[in-house]
Amino acid sequence: MGGKIGELEAEKHVQYILLVEKRKGDFESVVTEHLRMNGAYWGLTTLDLLGKLEIVDQDEVVSWVMECQHESGGFGGNIGHDPHIVHTLSAVQVLALFGKLNVLDIDKITNYIAGLQNVDGSFSGDMWGEIDTRFSYIAICCLSLLQCLDKINVEKAVNYIVSCKNLDGGFGCTPGAESHAGQIFCCVGALALTGSLHHVDKDLLGWWLCERQVKSGGLNGRPEKLPDVCYSWWVLSSLIMIDRAHWIDKDKLIKFIIECQDRENGGISDRPDDAVDVFHTYFGVAGLSLLEYPGVKAVDPAYALPVHVVNRIFFSR
Amino acid sequence: MEWKEEGEKRPLSQRPEWSDVTPVPQDDGPNPVVPIAYKDDFTETMDYFRAVYFADERSLRSLHVTAEAIHMNAGNYTVWHFRRLILEALNADLHEELNFIKKVANGNPKNYQIWHHRRWVAEKLGSDATSKELDFTKKILSLDAKNYHAWSHRQWVLQELGGWEDELAYCKQLLEDDIFNNSAWNQRYFVITKSPFLGGLEAMRESEVNYTVGAIIAKPENESPWRYLRGLYKDDAQSWVNDPQVSSVCLTVLSAKRNTVFALSTLLDLLCHGFQPSQDFINAVDALKTPDLDQSDSNLATAVCSVLGHMDPMRVNYWAWRKNKLPAQTA
Repeated sequence: MGGKIGELEAEKHVQYILLVEKRKGDFESVVTEHLRMNGAYWGLTTLDLLGKLEIVDQDEVVSWVMECQHESGGFGGNIGHDPHIVHTLSAVQVLALFGKLNVLDIDKITNYIAGLQNVDGSFSGDMWGEIDTRFSYIAICCLSLLQCLDKINVEKAVNYIVSCKNLDGGFGCTPGAESHAGQIFCCVGALALTGSLHHVDKDLLGWWLCERQVKSGGLNGRPEKLPDVCYSWWVLSSLIMIDRAHWIDKDKLIKFIIECQDRENGGISDRPDDAVDVFHTYFGVAGLSLLEYPGVKAVDPAYALPVHVVNRIFFSR
Repeated sequence: MEWKEEGEKRPLSQRPEWSDVTPVPQDDGPNPVVPIAYKDDFTETMDYFRAVYFADERSLRSLHVTAEAIHMNAGNYTVWHFRRLILEALNADLHEELNFIKKVANGNPKNYQIWHHRRWVAEKLGSDATSKELDFTKKILSLDAKNYHAWSHRQWVLQELGGWEDELAYCKQLLEDDIFNNSAWNQRYFVITKSPFLGGLEAMRESEVNYTVGAIIAKPENESPWRYLRGLYKDDAQSWVNDPQVSSVCLTVLSAKRNTVFALSTLLDLLCHGFQPSQDFINAVDALKTPDLDQSDSNLATAVCSVLGHMDPMRVNYWAWRKNKLPAQTA
């Protein structure tokens, strides 16, 4: 029989994330301060999935998040940064983790997002007009969590996403762009959240997605590219949303993710023996959650939040 | 007015043109979630940036400090945002701006902010920028031929500004460099379907089938040309099934008995669409069976699924599902 699958060093990863949050004088912290909101989402969601969110001072985080909000209703990556749809979703997700969506002025934030929809149904990232299906997902996910999807033109949003569908069954960032697992997650997620999965050729896309698994057991994002732990999320959550997750070899993927850990210092990297970061730590743990690894809480493949958080939003009144 | 931003090495606090400005430190809030101490020169640059940003000073010196901040950290989107406001206010030379972006992109080819800024500038310049944009993306792709941002930008340039004439030749060259480059195959499809110089998919189909078959024979384990071949028939599955070149390339690869997985899966798809196999196909698949497989599988499609489950064990569940789904009357 093959080698036994190693252990998830959950406690080490928790310590790694807490260390990143407390780090002083570190150049890496400095150059990423503009995306602190994303970093908070990655770090805090990981802590929750590992059952350790209570370590964090909830009030401090919530008040910092709210200081990042602008008059326009959008959130910036940190205090003093311009609003962007990417950070607006991360802010909502962080508040959701703490069950604090009620601190939001719902109209204000949903108006900001609705204002970013274009005539063709696509979404811009901010006032500067960059268009990408990532932003379609972000807008739909955010409004869905706030239960205000009716603020946008859902039909047009769906039509734009469908226009980005390629002949291999996958999706790109804009019409005609190469199919890419990250973009596929965004498009499939957006279609799932709007009840529009019938637009996906699940068999064809499922096959494209399962072909992402390479010999090492890891997943890549496009044909002939190297595997990367973050595709454990983008590919696998997509497969789950279209009900085809059993088409990959789960044990081999678990083994790959486990090998991407830094067993000494905690954290997970893109592939074995590379430097770790919070981004890959989150996607590695979230991937293991989708693979039902013991000791990791369940994560929702469309909302990218712990299932208990999503349930709390939709099932408690 | 002097545009030169290079070469100034004195700290901002020692430059006379900044003497009237009070730098603004990063505000992490009253109880910072993440208190950070900064590396000195970066700190200083960002403090001066914040000073002019919060004062909304859209001047030449502000432009220079955004350049310094960007060189130190190209990911800070707020700095790029303010730089755009300044460029507009100063009615700046946007061709110079393209040069600035080129320098920053060299060290940061996968940075979203740089590509978005480049798009914004190119949009303002319009067709004046066409050849520069094609050159720029070509340069980036020469370092990483699969850079997703570069391809996205290049597609935008072609559709908005033009320059299609040499694009098919460019795809051909990239595929000669690396026949496995899926981005180049995607671009090839983009060109043959959208270029105003080529007549569209159906007009190009025959020559493209010939080209693709050649690529498959050269490297049958290459996923891209198999998908491309199917794509050439788009919604017309019947024409794909009936094209003798399609089934013939499967047979050629199967008969060579090396790297047969995609040939087998394509044959499976053909059979599911009603393809009637000759004895040659049956023999070729038989020759690939291993002793442990059920030799009595008279149904070719079932046999293909069995062989695939054995040859591609990582996807054994997929091939089992395909076998299960086979219509009863498939040959």
